[in-house]
Amino acid sequence: MKARVLIRPKEGILDPQGKAVERALPALGFEGIGNVHVGRMVELEAENPERLAELCEKLLANPLIEDYEIQPL
Amino acid sequence: MIWGVLQFPGSCDERDALNACEVVGDEARLVWHEDRTLGGGVDGVVVPGGFSYGDYLRAGAIARFSPAMEAVAELAATGGPVLGICNGFQVLCEAGLLPGALLRNEELRFVCKQADLLDDQGNVLSIPLKHGEGRFYAPEEMLDRLEANGQVAYRYADGHNANGSVRDIAGVRNERGNVVGLMPHPEHAVDPLTGSTDGRKVFEALEKFA
Amino acid sequence: MSETPRYRELGLTDSEYELIVEKMGREPNVVELAMFSLLWSEHCAYKHSKKLLGKLPSEGPRVVMGPGENAGAVDVGSGYAVAFKVESHNHPSAVEPFQGAATGVGGILRDVFAIGARPIAVLDSLRFGELDSVRSRHLLDGAVRGIGHYGNSIGVPNVGGEVYFEEPYEHNCLVNAMCIGFAKTEDMVRAAAAGVGNAVVLMGATTGRDGIGGASVLASAELGEGDDSKRPTVQVGDPFEESKVLECCLELLEKGLLVSLQDLGAAGLTSSAGEMASAGGVGIDIDVAKVPLREADMEPFEIMVSESQERMLAVVEPSRVAEVRAICDKWQTGSAEIGVVTDSGHIRILKAGEVVGDMPVDALVDGCPLYDLAPAAPAAWIYGNKQTLSPSANSAATLMALLSAPSIASKQWIFQQYDSIVGSRTVRRPESADAAVLQLPESGNAIAVSIDGNGRKVACEPFNGTVEAVLECAQNLACVGAEPLGLTNCLNFGNPEKPVPAWQLDRAISGLASVCEELGVPVVGGNVSLYNEGPDGPIYPTPVVAMVGELPDPAKTAPSSFVREGDAIGLLGPFTPTMHGAEIAKQRGELEAGLPEPKVAAVAEACATVREAVRAGKVASAHDVSDGGLACALAESSIGAGIGCRADLQDLRERGCTPDEALFGEGAGGFVLSGDRAELEALGALIIGEVGGTTIELAAGDRSLVVGLTDATEAWRSLDAKAESVAEPPADA
Repeated sequence: MKARVLIRPKEGILDPQGKAVERALPALGFEGIGNVHVGRMVELEAENPERLAELCEKLLANPLIEDYEIQPL
Repeated sequence: MIWGVLQFPGSCDERDALNACEVVGDEARLVWHEDRTLGGGVDGVVVPGGFSYGDYLRAGAIARFSPAMEAVAELAATGGPVLGICNGFQVLCEAGLLPGALLRNEELRFVCKQADLLDDQGNVLSIPLKHGEGRFYAPEEMLDRLEANGQVAYRYADGHNANGSVRDIAGVRNERGNVVGLMPHPEHAVDPLTGSTDGRKVFEALEKFA
Repeated sequence: MSETPRYRELGLTDSEYELIVEKMGREPNVVELAMFSLLWSEHCAYKHSKKLLGKLPSEGPRVVMGPGENAGAVDVGSGYAVAFKVESHNHPSAVEPFQGAATGVGGILRDVFAIGARPIAVLDSLRFGELDSVRSRHLLDGAVRGIGHYGNSIGVPNVGGEVYFEEPYEHNCLVNAMCIGFAKTEDMVRAAAAGVGNAVVLMGATTGRDGIGGASVLASAELGEGDDSKRPTVQVGDPFEESKVLECCLELLEKGLLVSLQDLGAAGLTSSAGEMASAGGVGIDIDVAKVPLREADMEPFEIMVSESQERMLAVVEPSRVAEVRAICDKWQTGSAEIGVVTDSGHIRILKAGEVVGDMPVDALVDGCPLYDLAPAAPAAWIYGNKQTLSPSANSAATLMALLSAPSIASKQWIFQQYDSIVGSRTVRRPESADAAVLQLPESGNAIAVSIDGNGRKVACEPFNGTVEAVLECAQNLACVGAEPLGLTNCLNFGNPEKPVPAWQLDRAISGLASVCEELGVPVVGGNVSLYNEGPDGPIYPTPVVAMVGELPDPAKTAPSSFVREGDAIGLLGPFTPTMHGAEIAKQRGELEAGLPEPKVAAVAEACATVREAVRAGKVASAHDVSDGGLACALAESSIGAGIGCRADLQDLRERGCTPDEALFGEGAGGFVLSGDRAELEALGALIIGEVGGTTIELAAGDRSLVVGLTDATEAWRSLDAKAESVAEPPADA
C-alpha cells in the first residue's frame, strides 16, 4: 500500500516557521493569505498497512506537539 | 563513579562529555549506540549533544530507538543518574524518560552564546548554549505539574532565553530526580581556559544517584 | 547554419581539442570528452595561474605536506602536525548560497581528512555586494545559514573569519572556506595510488546527477544573464553522511587499512581517480556499473563527472577489502569496490566489463596546456566611487560612520549562528581576540589562526595590497602570541584572458611570493578562483590568505579589548597611516589607484616584539590597526571592554601624516597595546593615552572627537540591528 503521511504542528503551539512565511507573503505580492502552518510530509510503501498508525504515533510524529493524517495513495 | 557516554551516528559532543566527566573526578567511557548493555561498572549515563542521525525527521526521534537507549531506560528505572545534554535532552524527551518536547528556536536560527542559568537553588551558572531546536514546550497543565513537583531543574536568567522556551525552562528532571535534561552544554563549562567552570556543578549534582 | 562543436560547448578551445586528439591518437568519445573538458577546465587545471604559482615559496623545516597534496600541513612538535587549506566555492554560492556555501565547507573538510587529519576548526572569508541590495542580503543570509548548517551538524567549530561588503562583489560573491585538521605526523597519508592489482574502493554517499557540468565548468565561465538555469547543477550537501564518512575514514587510517585516500570534489570520480593515478605513476580501471547510484539510468559520462557530495576514493590491498567494507557498514556508510590499479598508465572506464573510455593518465591530468598571461596595468582606477560620507563631516560623525559600516561593524549576528566551541579546544572565541586560538593538549601547546583578505587595497596596487594582506594576517597572529608556521591562500580574480585582471593576478602573486619569502613563511597549499566577472566588470582582485601559527601556552594570549581603567595605551610598530584604499576614502568617494609600499622588515620586527610581550604577559590587550584606522581600533578595544579611552595622536603625526590620516588612515604595522605604562615604554611603544571613563576621546592636531561609549557600541553593533532585515525582504519592496 502506498501512503502519504502529513504531519503538522498541533493547534495552539507556536509555529514560528508558519508565522515567518505568512509575514513574508505581502512583500512578495501575495495578499489575503493567512493561517499558514509548516509541517512535514512522509511518503512510503507499506506491505502491512495495519501498523501504519502505530508507526505514525511512535516515530513519524510526536503526539505531544504534532497531529498526523494518513492519506492512502 | 563511571559514566557511560552514548555515541550515535552524528553525535558531536561525546568526547567533550567524556572529558568533563573526568574533570569532575569521575571515570567515563563511550557506549556505542548498538550495544544492548552499558558495560561493566557503568553507573551513570550521559546522552551527549550533537546531531544524531542528522536531526532528520525530528531531533532525537531516531536515536531514541537505539538498543543502548533500552539500557538507559533500565538504569533510569533503578534510579541511576542520566544526564541528557542538548540533543541528549531531545532524545530523552522523545523516549518519554523526560516530559515535554524541544522545538525549533523562535527566531528560527541556530544560536551559540554564553548564557546565565538559574538552578533550583537560585544559583547563577554561566554555561554556553548552541542549538537550533531548543525551545522547550509542554502543555500548561503539564507545566503546572512540573513546577509543583520541583521538576524544573534549570531556567534561563532574565534576558538569557535565546530560544523562546516556555517559562524560560532550560532543563527539567523526572519525578524521582535522577534523570535530568538541559539544552545548554555544561560539558563546555568545566575548564577555565575555554570558558567558565560552572558546568561542573551540573555533573556533580547527579553523582549522588550513582 | 553551423552548430557549435560539442567540445566548445564544454569550454574547450579549438587548439585544446586538437591537442587532445593528438595525444589520444584519435577523436575522444563522449565519455572521454566529458572527462577532458572537466580536467582541462580552469578550475581543475589552473591553466592561467600554474606558471605564476611556481613563484611561491613552499619549503621550510616545519613543512610536513606541501602544495600538490589534498591539504598542506606543518609540524607543531611532539610528533603532531596541523593540516590546513582554504578553497573557494564562489560560483555555486552566487547561484544557490545555502548549498553552495554548505558544500564548500563539506569539500574543504574532506580535503583535510583525506590526508588523515581530524578536522578541528573551520573559518570562512565572505564577500558580498553592499547590504542595501536585496540580492546581497539574500546571499549573505543563505551563505551564513549554509555554513552553519554544515559545520554545526558535523561538529567542527567555526572559530573565525571575515565578511566584507563592496559593490564590485554584487554580481560575484566570494565564499572561501578554510579547514584546520590535527594528526600525528606519522599517521598522515598521501593520495598517490600504488600497488598494481590493488582495489579501488568508493566510500560514502550514492552517486546522482549533482553538479553535472557543475563546479568546474561554472568556474571557468563568467556568470551572465540567465544563470538561474544553472541551479539544477548545484550540489546538495548532507553533513550527517559526511560525519559518518569522516569517522569511517579516520578509523580505516588508524587501523592501517588504506594504501591511499582521496576525496571527490570538483569533477568527481574523474579528478580523484585521475589524480591518484597521476601521483602514483600508475593506471586505473573504473567500472561504472559497480558505482552505487542514487538515480537509475545514469550514463557512464554522468557517473564519471557527477559531483555528488560526501564520497571518498581509497586504494586498498585486495585482502583487506572485506575489513574496509565491514567498517563502512559499522558507520552506516556505503562502500563498493569499483576498480583496480593497473600498470597501463591509462585511465580506463568500463561498463560491466566493456571499455567505454580509455585515456592516457598524463594527457588527462597533466597534459592541459598552461597559458601565459598578457597583463596590462589599467590607466586609472576602474572601480568607480560612491560617496556616502561628506568630507566635511566632523570627526565624531566620521568615526560613527566607520564603526557602523557593515564591513567594520561587529559580525556577532553571523558568528552566533556557528558553533564555535565543540571539541573543547577553543581558547579565544570569535571577536574576543585578533586571531582564533585552539589548544592542543596532545602536543602541549596551541595554534592560532587568522584569515585575511583584501580586495580594495589590492585593486589600488596589487603587489603592495597583497603584501599588506599577508602582514595583517601575521599581525593578527602576533596579537595572540603566535608565530606563523605556514600560509594557505585563495586567489579570487576576474577573467585572466583580459589584460587588467591578468595584470592584477600577476602582480598579486609576485607580492605574495615576495612577502612570504621575506617573512620566511612557506605557502603550503591554496586555491585559485578565476573568471569572477559580471556584466559590470571584474571583482576587486582578492587574495585571501590564512596563516596558522603556534604558541607555547594557550593561557598566555591577549584579548583585543582593553582590560581595566587606568591602563596606558601604546601604539607599537612602523604604522604610517594613509588614506589610500582606506574605508574612509571609500565612504568619501575618493578611491584611486596607488598604495604605499609596506615596510615588511619593520613590521616583522614589530610582530616579534608584540608576540614575545604577549607570551610574557607584559600587555593586557593587543589589537592590530586595520579597517577604519587607529580611531576604529581604539574604539573597538573600548567597546569590547565596556570602558572608554582617551588618546592624543599628535606624536604619531611626526611620521608625516595629517590629523585626518592619524585618526582614520590605514596601513600595515600598527599595534594598539594596553597595560602598564612602564612595560609598554620598555617595548618601544609610543604612549598615546589611557583606558578609562565612559567616552571615547581622541585628538590629533586640530581634529578631535568625543563619542559616548554607548553610542559607539550601538554603531558597532548595528549589523545585529539590521540582522533580521538582512533576511527578510524590505517592507517597502
